[in-house]
Amino acid sequence: MEESLEDESLLDDNGEAELTAQTALQEIENAWMNETFAPEILPHQSDLVDCMLQQIAHMEENVKRLDKNDLRALVHRMELDRIRYVISSYLRTRLEKIERYTIHILSEEENRNPDEEPYLTPDELRFAKEYLANLETLFKTVALQHMPPNFQQFEVNKFTVKPNVQAHVFLRANQRITGVVVPGTLNEEIDFEEGSQHIIQYSAVAHLVKSGAVQLI
Amino acid sequence: MFGKEAIKLITELDMYEDIRPFNEQVMRQVFKEMQSLYEANLIDSNAIQNEGNNELLPSVHFRHTALLRNKRCILAYLYHRIRRLRQMRWELGSILPTEITTNLLNAEVQWFQNYNKSLATYMKSIGDNHGLNLTVNMSPPKTLYVEVKCLADFGKLELDDGEIITLKKNTYHLLPRATCEPLIRQGFPPDNPDIDVGNVHLRLQARTPKILHLYP
Repeated sequence: MEESLEDESLLDDNGEAELTAQTALQEIENAWMNETFAPEILPHQSDLVDCMLQQIAHMEENVKRLDKNDLRALVHRMELDRIRYVISSYLRTRLEKIERYTIHILSEEENRNPDEEPYLTPDELRFAKEYLANLETLFKTVALQHMPPNFQQFEVNKFTVKPNVQAHVFLRANQRITGVVVPGTLNEEIDFEEGSQHIIQYSAVAHLVKSGAVQLI
Repeated sequence: MFGKEAIKLITELDMYEDIRPFNEQVMRQVFKEMQSLYEANLIDSNAIQNEGNNELLPSVHFRHTALLRNKRCILAYLYHRIRRLRQMRWELGSILPTEITTNLLNAEVQWFQNYNKSLATYMKSIGDNHGLNLTVNMSPPKTLYVEVKCLADFGKLELDDGEIITLKKNTYHLLPRATCEPLIRQGFPPDNPDIDVGNVHLRLQARTPKILHLYP
């Protein structure tokens, strides 16, 4: 009984799939926390999301085969609900950032080096573009066209809202990191020990968050 | 003059948290003010150019600032209204109650519909086009089932496992949280096409503020 309560029992029979399902869940939780606490939008994790969603569909099939009043079915369904919440909340947070910082995010995407991976998925990018176009249409039809001639512009640079990267974040170091420059000082550097926790300005650790060297908490 | 009207729009946003009837009257006054400021500036700047009358420069600047401020106030007004509208989309679903739609401009309704479309397209694309409804699972799940009191005759509700139950007014049920979460949040049919709620009933219920009520 104890053994059958484990998630793995519902997953694939071969050992590899069990491992990936567990780590994928851990990773999506990490991505979710990072996205929630970081002021700016982070590189997308759509592979992870797709993988987890497939996993959920798979587990759901398995749960359906169990008897409805089976205790295991209840436990598993609860777990599925939790995972689904994490994924939804993660994607919702991203959408909220896209809506809030639309212009800023779009221009960042445009100026990104072509060799670099884009931060938005193609679908998020389309959503962002539609959102901006929609806003522009509204502004133009209701207000701008009724204004004097040289005030009718939709001034993209004036409407830009930027995330506050000076906000402070809590973090835990996943590995030993040396020489993080403390912002606002001349060149004061600090080191993070593995597993240690800190509060620091987001801008100082943004690259570490994206590389996965630190985890926001 | 000089932004006094425009600030009324901002005050209105500040005073009421809901969406008020669109303040077209004040808006039109602001446009009028902008027009007259603009015309005054046109005359003065011509005078500066033709006659070199630099004494007029400060007043041109002043009017220009007032113009910019007016523009900013109006756009802020529009922007915050649609942010509220956006919030409604997430809380109430894709069909707005008439109490709200009557307060909107056509252009705002259009905005809402476009937003709906973009959001639906995006949600459909998640997970290799399998789709995921992001407007459910809004809060962390604590239990699988919740005890609810039914506030209105809703009719038949099909649960995920195919079981059909009838929701009658003033009855108590223990239901799967995921299924009734949308019904608890609002009085409208859930967006989820998997839940068949019967169109006839939906129309009748659209005005009820809430169908289910968490009990106790």
